[in-house]
Amino acid sequence: MSTGGSPILAVRDLEKTFGLLVAARDITVSVPAEQTVGVIGANGAGKTTFINMVTGHLTPTKGTILFEDKDITGKPSREITQLGISRSFQVAQIFPTLSVFDNMCIAAAIARRKGGMLGGVTTPVHSEAAIAEAQATIDLFQIGRYRDTLANTLPQGVRKLLDIGMAVVGWPRLLLLDEPTSGISIEEKFDLMQVVMSALKTRKITILFVEHDMEIVMRFADRVLAFYDGTVIADGTPHQTLDDPRVQELISGVRLKPGAGHA
Amino acid sequence: MASRAQWVGGLLFLIAAAAAPALPEWVASLVTIAFANALVVLGLVVLWRAGLVSFGQALYYCIGAYTVALIARWTGFTDAIALVLLGGIGAGLVAALVGFLLARYREIFFAMLSLALSMILYGVLVKTESLGSTDGFSVATPTFLGYAPHGHALGLSLYWLTLAVDAIAAVLVASYFRSVTGALAAPIRDNEIRVEFLGVSVTRVIHAKLVIAGVLGGLGGALAALSIGHVDPNMSYWTTSGSFVFVTILAGSASVAAAFIGSLAFEAVRSIAVDVMPSLWQMTLGSALLLTILFLPEGLGSLMGRLRGRAGAKP
Amino acid sequence: MLLTLSAILTDGLVYAAYLFIVAIGLTLIFGVMKILNVTHGSFYAFGAYGAATAVGIYANSDLPAALGFLFMIALAMAIGLVMGLVLERGILRLVYGRDEVVVVLVTYAVFLILEDVIVLIWGPRSYAAYQPMVAAGNTELGELVLSNYDIVLVAIAAALAGIAYWALKFTRYGRLLTTVIFDRETAAAFGINVTLVYTVTFVIGAMLGALGGAVMAPKMSITLGIGVEVIVLAFAVVAIGGMGSIEGALIGALVVGICRAAAVHLIPQLELFVIYGVMALVLVVRPYGLFVRAQPRKI
Repeated sequence: MSTGGSPILAVRDLEKTFGLLVAARDITVSVPAEQTVGVIGANGAGKTTFINMVTGHLTPTKGTILFEDKDITGKPSREITQLGISRSFQVAQIFPTLSVFDNMCIAAAIARRKGGMLGGVTTPVHSEAAIAEAQATIDLFQIGRYRDTLANTLPQGVRKLLDIGMAVVGWPRLLLLDEPTSGISIEEKFDLMQVVMSALKTRKITILFVEHDMEIVMRFADRVLAFYDGTVIADGTPHQTLDDPRVQELISGVRLKPGAGHA
Repeated sequence: MASRAQWVGGLLFLIAAAAAPALPEWVASLVTIAFANALVVLGLVVLWRAGLVSFGQALYYCIGAYTVALIARWTGFTDAIALVLLGGIGAGLVAALVGFLLARYREIFFAMLSLALSMILYGVLVKTESLGSTDGFSVATPTFLGYAPHGHALGLSLYWLTLAVDAIAAVLVASYFRSVTGALAAPIRDNEIRVEFLGVSVTRVIHAKLVIAGVLGGLGGALAALSIGHVDPNMSYWTTSGSFVFVTILAGSASVAAAFIGSLAFEAVRSIAVDVMPSLWQMTLGSALLLTILFLPEGLGSLMGRLRGRAGAKP
Repeated sequence: MLLTLSAILTDGLVYAAYLFIVAIGLTLIFGVMKILNVTHGSFYAFGAYGAATAVGIYANSDLPAALGFLFMIALAMAIGLVMGLVLERGILRLVYGRDEVVVVLVTYAVFLILEDVIVLIWGPRSYAAYQPMVAAGNTELGELVLSNYDIVLVAIAAALAGIAYWALKFTRYGRLLTTVIFDRETAAAFGINVTLVYTVTFVIGAMLGALGGAVMAPKMSITLGIGVEVIVLAFAVVAIGGMGSIEGALIGALVVGICRAAAVHLIPQLELFVIYGVMALVLVVRPYGLFVRAQPRKI
């Protein structure tokens, strides 16, 4: 965890209302670079609203978002992606009729193109650089043996890794993972997260991940934000947050002592 | 760096160009029309790769044709090269305008809206007396940078012009497919949302593709107008669009060359069928289309790839 | 002035009746099966040619004209029944589940084939079947002369609309259809025999298409290419009203009918433009048509 310098992401008094519905309010969070933040909370608690505001898919009704000291509040998602924030999806969003390699390659080529439309027409998609990036990211996420497999025939875990890989191939500095282990069997969750986290750490990416599995959160997060009813009710180390009685009452249930129950 | 397919394609173009004087006039004329139409098909391929099937490319074909015919008629200017370029530009401008609307539609709605637009032009032309309404009017004889050929020489000049435009278009489109924006076809078709999340404006990319298809359609229509020597509102009718789509399905979207081969095959089959069994040629074409859809969904182009042992070929 | 207005109204109404009869089969098939059926033009053409044959057979007998009309309709619907059955079971079911546009192209291919089948059966000459229209006579309404046959057409259209509405809302089959229109997968999950529903729907649609051709036969010259024109008109009506909506087809037919009649009487140059202009306008403003709500995207 880096100690000096300003936070990579600084959110202040963020609020989002839809008419009379307050989806998120009073969110103030500061994330230092390279931290791994777990985000927990029931469905509808405001986690996804928060993520959507950071990635530019929702415009906050109040508050500011600073990324690397730049104000990105209300900027369109395309711009925000180009500034270095990326996200992955709860249901893996990939290109089913292309191979893993082609999926990764197109993502890499898009990330490398300069200058919008004109840049897109003059940049070759199978440039050496894009190919190299794609291969490197495939190796990073350890899905090399699926390189030429069509994406719609991939097992679920590999689909998720591909989805995250595509979000990362352009070297973002902040990555938001929306339920990375959803849809993965219990036996495989841990290994998947292991691969994902070590890959992301290698690239020194700051991570915010939404999770419902508390053990995953315990194991992989440096810090945990607990959302309830649209706002953050706890913010601290995993132990601190998950031992917070309010969090236990409203979200996670009582945490078992280590050794009791399965890991 | 050209692939093997491109070398073969280039060679075929050269052969076609060189063989011209030796071909009987009706064959040369057939090839010229086929290659003019191939440009429209190429435009459809650009759109089909992105998952869009336009049932209204006849709009641009007709605009290209009428642009040529009207400029020649109103100004007496007859230079073929300039006219063809103007036809392409005119159609491109309309595509750019219409694209603001059309780029937001997909699937059936895209097909229907493009159909409606082409039928609007048809309706307007049919009711315009000054343009000859349903009969249309004839196109002045073109000249080529001052050279004014007649008869066989005229046919040859148009043949070579068409071939030249085709070759340039083929090279440009092939290189477009190798670029990032050009490659953003299958990804858009597969998962538009993901493409947006990667930082790309899908609407803008599709708008660009619509303009490319429009320009190609206009060039094709312009060349066809010069070769046929006549324009009429039927060039904007839905059955004209339908036949272009037909060829696109037949040819497949696997390669640029497919558009030209498919168009040639289509013209040949149509001419032979009309000749041999004049009352059954539509049935022949319809059956061919049906069989292709049922058994060769990737078009004839994919047959080549399969014969070589892999499905589909890259440009 | 008043005369022009009444002329526009009556012409518009008659044209609307024609459009509705022609479009109802198309919108039904699209609503239930999500197929934009280009072969609809063939059903129409076959219905018209069949009517010509029926009238020809009938004219030689001495039975009353009204029976002749019924015979014409019955023959057309029989043709529609057979064609619909053969096409749906024989060809269409091979492409269910594939992309919507692919299915449209299949129907287009079949349409091309059937165009020549018409020539094979009836030859390239044109036919006339005006006897029922002549037999019906005219009615005078002030200064307007209305053909009784046109009035019958409007009555038929209204009856069809009524029957369709009642059938969809109050019969068991109609409610099954509505369920399948709404969500095919869920309907199947509830045990509805979707395959059977598809076949029956397509056959009904085919019969309605043929019916359209038959009732219009006395008003036109039955020749090659009538199917081609009708398709795109039917598409326009269905696109305007909303695909799959019977009320929509009714409103769409009225809108197009009145607009076209107005154009014909006031600014003839705009006749064709008006139809496709309205279609384009509706597609732009409400792509799902005036009567259908947009569908949310399924992941």
